[in-house]
Amino acid sequence: MIKFAPQLINLFATLILLLSFAMISQRRIVSLINLFMIQGAALVAASFLLGYVTHQPDLYVSGALTLVLKVMLIPWMLYRMIAKLNVRWDVESLFNVPTTMLVGIGLVIFSFSLALPISRLSDSLAGGSLGIALACVFLSFMMMITRSKAVPQVIGFLSMENGLIFAATTVTNGMPMIVEFGIALDVLVGVLILGVFMFQIREKFDSLDIHNLEALKED
Amino acid sequence: MSALFLVLGIPLLGGLVLALMGHRPLARDVNVGFSLGTFLAACVMTAQVISHGPEFVWDKLFYLDALNVFLVTLTAFVGLTTAIFSRPYMRVEQDHGKMNAPRMRLYHSMYQLFGFTMLLGLTTNNLGLVWVAMEAATLTTVLLVSVYRTSASLEAAWKYFILCGVGIAQALFGTILLYMAADKVMGPEHATLLWTGLNDIKAQLDPTIITLAFVFLLVGYGTKIGLVPLHSWLPDAHAEGPTPVSAVLSGLLLNVAMYAVLRCKVLTDGALGNQMAGQLMMGFGLLSVVVAAFFLSRQKDVKRMFSYSSIEHMGLITFAFGMGGPVASFAGLLHMTAHSLVKSAIFFTVGHATQKAGTQVMSEIRGLIKVNPTVGWGLMLGVMAILGMPPFGLFASEFLLLTTAMREQPWAAPFLFMALGVAFASMLIRVLPMVFGDTTLKPLAHPPALVPVFVHLVLGLLLGLYIPDYLNGWYVQAAHMLGG
Repeated sequence: MIKFAPQLINLFATLILLLSFAMISQRRIVSLINLFMIQGAALVAASFLLGYVTHQPDLYVSGALTLVLKVMLIPWMLYRMIAKLNVRWDVESLFNVPTTMLVGIGLVIFSFSLALPISRLSDSLAGGSLGIALACVFLSFMMMITRSKAVPQVIGFLSMENGLIFAATTVTNGMPMIVEFGIALDVLVGVLILGVFMFQIREKFDSLDIHNLEALKED
Repeated sequence: MSALFLVLGIPLLGGLVLALMGHRPLARDVNVGFSLGTFLAACVMTAQVISHGPEFVWDKLFYLDALNVFLVTLTAFVGLTTAIFSRPYMRVEQDHGKMNAPRMRLYHSMYQLFGFTMLLGLTTNNLGLVWVAMEAATLTTVLLVSVYRTSASLEAAWKYFILCGVGIAQALFGTILLYMAADKVMGPEHATLLWTGLNDIKAQLDPTIITLAFVFLLVGYGTKIGLVPLHSWLPDAHAEGPTPVSAVLSGLLLNVAMYAVLRCKVLTDGALGNQMAGQLMMGFGLLSVVVAAFFLSRQKDVKRMFSYSSIEHMGLITFAFGMGGPVASFAGLLHMTAHSLVKSAIFFTVGHATQKAGTQVMSEIRGLIKVNPTVGWGLMLGVMAILGMPPFGLFASEFLLLTTAMREQPWAAPFLFMALGVAFASMLIRVLPMVFGDTTLKPLAHPPALVPVFVHLVLGLLLGLYIPDYLNGWYVQAAHMLGG
């Protein structure tokens, strides 16, 4: 088990990156939430594995927190939300998918070159995953920019948080507990607020298309 | 120790009490009461720190020194005066049908919680908690900005949330990298995110990691400071939220984000031993000053104009701290204080003016001085102060800043002078007709609370004329820590 641990961690890291790409190209909102849930699960698996290998109980707590929040509670809230908003089967027309993918690959290369000098220094078991974590952050960032609907933007926001937590887990074996809990609280409250907002936006604009939100501009 | 407990406990309790009691007329006074309590506790705490020097509280989780204790007092003070101002202001908004009871309840509760998050961010020693507090401050202010539930305010709040969410995520990545650097030096058992702990070992932190960490931290917290090109949420959030919220956003939240950057800069300077952090800050600061000055000249909405002025001033402050050295850092701290006081005073008068005119469009606000001379003079004096006219405090800080810039960074001085000139001319052209001339305004049902305006302006004036010894000592100490 221990012998394969670095490979396993790298496997999970790759899975997380792959899921980020899948999210970028996914048009159906309900599938997007599924992908987000799987990404969370991969993150949890990576945390537990690292916790087991490095004998750090903190990582179990952090993994459990992610499990409850990102795999159970938030996806459940999102499913309920899209059911209530009646956008469950919404299909979004995406900005040219192949181009987005190519830009995404460019972002991955950029993140790896940014993280390379640091990864070399890292003696942590999974130091090499810093580049992947950074790539996930940038990919989610890009997803938030290219999507025009509110729900995918929120999922992009959450998936960015996944990338950050993955960075914290693999590079430093988790943040101090109090910070982990604070971040979890912020994410949870943030999703709640965004959920309320979506209903209000829908009420005001009759749609969840963010392109409607373009009245405030510099002329 | 007990004073800090009160400083953090009172606003937190206030948020809960105001959420539970719901909206009744008394809630306005309760809001002021809690803010007053926070301010008094902050004064006591400050007095303790002045007499005993820097101290740790609760197993080093909180740390109070010259740099943060003066910002705590400033935050609690402006929090109190804004609560006083918001009493009649929000009453008029309710009369106009813009607010109802549930929204008032949300407003009051979030106002207190927002104060709590800022004070938490300022006092905590843990850089991870600083991040948590900044994110929580974003969440509370998002609710405050959207409180009118108009399409424009929803749009502003959504943009604010998404942009600052993205921005602040970069800061979290920077924090993780800091922790990694600490991990390398101290080993996984003793690694810490405590600022004092990192400060002790800053010379040993790995320069490669710290360079990348600072870039992420500056971009992240810079979004909250409103540095160009990360500023686009700021004018919308200021213009569409209630005016008391604009006052605390400009006067306080931007300062807290600046404070977070400063703490990180001290660590970076110690680790790198070069000017990288300072040069980045000078670049961002200068760009913000110039871009904001030109955008400012094109605004039609009065609150948008003053929010661009906030970007300009935060740019100046960033530039000052970027130059480094005791004099420039002193100027930066003085500018932070004076800008906070004067800008919130301006927003108070602008709030009354827009209520009287029923619009935020500047060309439709005319002759304030005829309807209400105090508001008119308040706005006029506030604008003179914010433009850096002597003898106000901003003149002193801008003078120090510009003379230092001419000596140490002569390439930047022409840009600064040009931007300040553009801001001066365009703001004066807009504000003069608003204050003088024939009037279009009607009186309001509830008399405005004008004491806060003049208290702020008088303090802003005093800072320009005479800085008391203890305050001076404070600034010198903090500037010494920042400027090395």
